[in-house]
Amino acid sequence: MRMPQRLALITAAVACLPGVFAAEVPPGTQLHPVQEIVRGNGTEPATLDPNKAEGRPESSLALEMFEGLVSPDINGNVVPGVAEKWESLEGGRAWRFTLRSNARWSDGSPVTAHDFEYAFKRMVDPKTASQYAWYLGKASNVKNGTAIVEGKVPPSELGVKALDDRHLLITLEQPVAYLVATLAHGSLMPVPRKVIEKYGDRWTEPGKMVSNGAYKLAERVVNERIVMVRNPMYWNNAKTVIDKVTFLPIVNQSAEYQRYRANGLDMTADGGVPPEQLKQIRREIPSELVTWPQLGTYFYAFNFRKKPFDDVRVRKALSLALQREVIAEKLVGTGETPAYSLTPPNAAGYVPVVHEWQRWTQAQRENEARRLLAEAGFTKTRPLRFELLYNTNENHKKIALAAAWMWRRIGPVEVVLVNQEWKSFLDSRARGEFEVCRYSWVADYNEPSTMLDLFHSKHGSNDSKYNNPRYDAIMEQAKVTSDANDRARLYQDAERILAQDFPLANVYHYSVRRLIKPWVKGYGRDPEGRILTRDLYILAH
Amino acid sequence: MLKFIFRRLVLEALPTLLVLVTVTFFLIRLAPGGPFSTEAAMPPEVMAAVAAKYRLDQPVWQQYLGYLADLARGDFGPSFKYKDFTVNDLVWAAAPASFRLGLFAFVIAVIVGVAAGVTAALRQNTWIDYSVMGVAMIGVVLPNFVLAPALALVFAIWLKWLPAGGWEGGKLMYVVLPVAVLCQHYISVIARITRGSMIEVLGSPYIRTARAKGLPTGYILRRHALKPALLPVISYLGPAFVGIITGSVVVESFFGIPGIGQLFVNGALNRDYPMVLGLTILIGALTIFFNAVVDILYGVIDPRIRL
Repeated sequence: MRMPQRLALITAAVACLPGVFAAEVPPGTQLHPVQEIVRGNGTEPATLDPNKAEGRPESSLALEMFEGLVSPDINGNVVPGVAEKWESLEGGRAWRFTLRSNARWSDGSPVTAHDFEYAFKRMVDPKTASQYAWYLGKASNVKNGTAIVEGKVPPSELGVKALDDRHLLITLEQPVAYLVATLAHGSLMPVPRKVIEKYGDRWTEPGKMVSNGAYKLAERVVNERIVMVRNPMYWNNAKTVIDKVTFLPIVNQSAEYQRYRANGLDMTADGGVPPEQLKQIRREIPSELVTWPQLGTYFYAFNFRKKPFDDVRVRKALSLALQREVIAEKLVGTGETPAYSLTPPNAAGYVPVVHEWQRWTQAQRENEARRLLAEAGFTKTRPLRFELLYNTNENHKKIALAAAWMWRRIGPVEVVLVNQEWKSFLDSRARGEFEVCRYSWVADYNEPSTMLDLFHSKHGSNDSKYNNPRYDAIMEQAKVTSDANDRARLYQDAERILAQDFPLANVYHYSVRRLIKPWVKGYGRDPEGRILTRDLYILAH
Repeated sequence: MLKFIFRRLVLEALPTLLVLVTVTFFLIRLAPGGPFSTEAAMPPEVMAAVAAKYRLDQPVWQQYLGYLADLARGDFGPSFKYKDFTVNDLVWAAAPASFRLGLFAFVIAVIVGVAAGVTAALRQNTWIDYSVMGVAMIGVVLPNFVLAPALALVFAIWLKWLPAGGWEGGKLMYVVLPVAVLCQHYISVIARITRGSMIEVLGSPYIRTARAKGLPTGYILRRHALKPALLPVISYLGPAFVGIITGSVVVESFFGIPGIGQLFVNGALNRDYPMVLGLTILIGALTIFFNAVVDILYGVIDPRIRL
């Protein structure tokens, strides 16, 4: 199909954005003769099929072996991937991507727009049973994305169409200004139709798998290692330096740390800094502890269905009482920052709000908290008694104990700490069987909506059951607002509402934290925590 | 003998296994949280699609019958967690690592444990006895999750003699530390059982008679004492062998060994129903089998049992 001429060409955007992409080795650098790296991956991935990715362990591997329309650079900026340029049409209601002519699968065949069409339709198809099936509809707003997931229309009706081999048209339900940012997600990779049709679910096995990224699969031993080697067909292969990368799925952080110290590992997984060994790390290898701010927030949520948490005074008092600096800097202490808003300050397109109470001293906050608690009717004879639920983990326990102590400082507050194993915890939370509960929310893409949508009344993980129509309206308005400044203002309004209604008590913003050997170079500071091997190189050592 | 084996392995084992499958099947479904509950909750429609793919949308009794039908064909079903594989694939791939590790540890544990136990019994109430039993006591109480990092620290990080983890198909270098950690507990238990039973046997009238006849100690030990003294050890070894070859969760996860222990613990944590069921059946079947083997060995060693 040819592009209809009548489509108004609103913005001829992008291509060739600045940003480091592929390994940029400074001139004069002494490289190690063997360019191989061993990295931690946290856990065994549930699958190597990108369209079925469930979370970090899967999507980080998908991004090594596959390349989407767009791709993150070393600092997390979205830069051209297989698509070399794109433009929005019809006022942002449709987007046309032009694919680079030299993109190849590892078997040598060209990567075409049809591959993307196939992959995206496969992902939303209920038969594929992808856990991220909702993403194209809910996050990217692709036409019929949600209706297909709901089984109302067939997957063939998805608003993604290959116009020819090199042009892909994505049609949206409504204009979404940040569409391109959502497309860097690890699950939105093209997949090789012929290979999948030939081998079915077994297409991800070494020897069968065909991919289009900088690396291709060489070996996989479940629960031991995943080995990838350079893909000579990758269009930017000339700029790739590392020849072989091995990912180790080590869940136990102490074990990962020992392997790292014994030089069996060049880089731990994201978060791979065992708190018990932190002192030793700071003493012995301080320069190898690498941290930077991450797009994610640790907080406590209040259950609106349980009294007295339907009373804003109680929620506000508990939130004010938390000494966020103490928790972030003293208790956790690996680059985390105190959180006063849900959206981390480094989110793209977000201008942080400073709430009035944020400027107060801790003493002022505690005074106000005391007043609120008394006003809500809590006294020594009628103390505020509640359970704080968290999933079993030493770190969460430490923070919960500190929070309980901080809450006791503002008056008659009695906290019972309840910990549950992960799946039981998720079950209790989803069923609303909690009063106050630990939450963590990490961005799916770099834009405030991925954080703030959580408190939309219709969001599936809004287990607080917070419901403010004004908040919902703002979030829906933001989605269709194309002007970046207007959108930033809306996000500020949303944060202000959260800081009035207090459905949550923010605690800290996460940090990306890893141990990295001094000879590994080339990584930047991607706020989503990705470090792609194609950008790395090993110094002589 | 054949009749005995047939009775043990067919008439008794199959109903036992069926009970095991049934209880596990329903019990694991009672655990809170499902295989597909995640931090970012899936929309109900996505959840329904996932459930349909894994037959979880059917009534439980229908799932149960379906599972039994698959099982009869030797099909343990798809893994709910590791979507690129079936349970058969994963168990088949993981078994050699656990088996190799377990076999090494078992052989060492039996040899060292029996030798230590016999030595202690022969030198009862001397400093040798006390030191062997003292070390054995430490071995019983010292948990693997303490010993594993300690050994890795000494031999991998300080001395740099051995790798801190990894498997590499079971190369000798990679096997040493995990085997050391895995066998220490078994050595201790075997040494304690051997000592106790050896002391009892050495005090029995027929040994006294043998001594009175002037037979040398070594001869008495080999010819008359060892066999009966080992009976309690052998009854311990049956289930211990199954335990040791089907994987140690701690040793495998600490040293990054791709074995059954890791599959089992991840299966339980992820509520991977078919994985947990498959491994329960496997371990159940092995336990029944090796208990039968122990009973047969009993008969071979001790003629009194055959009577």
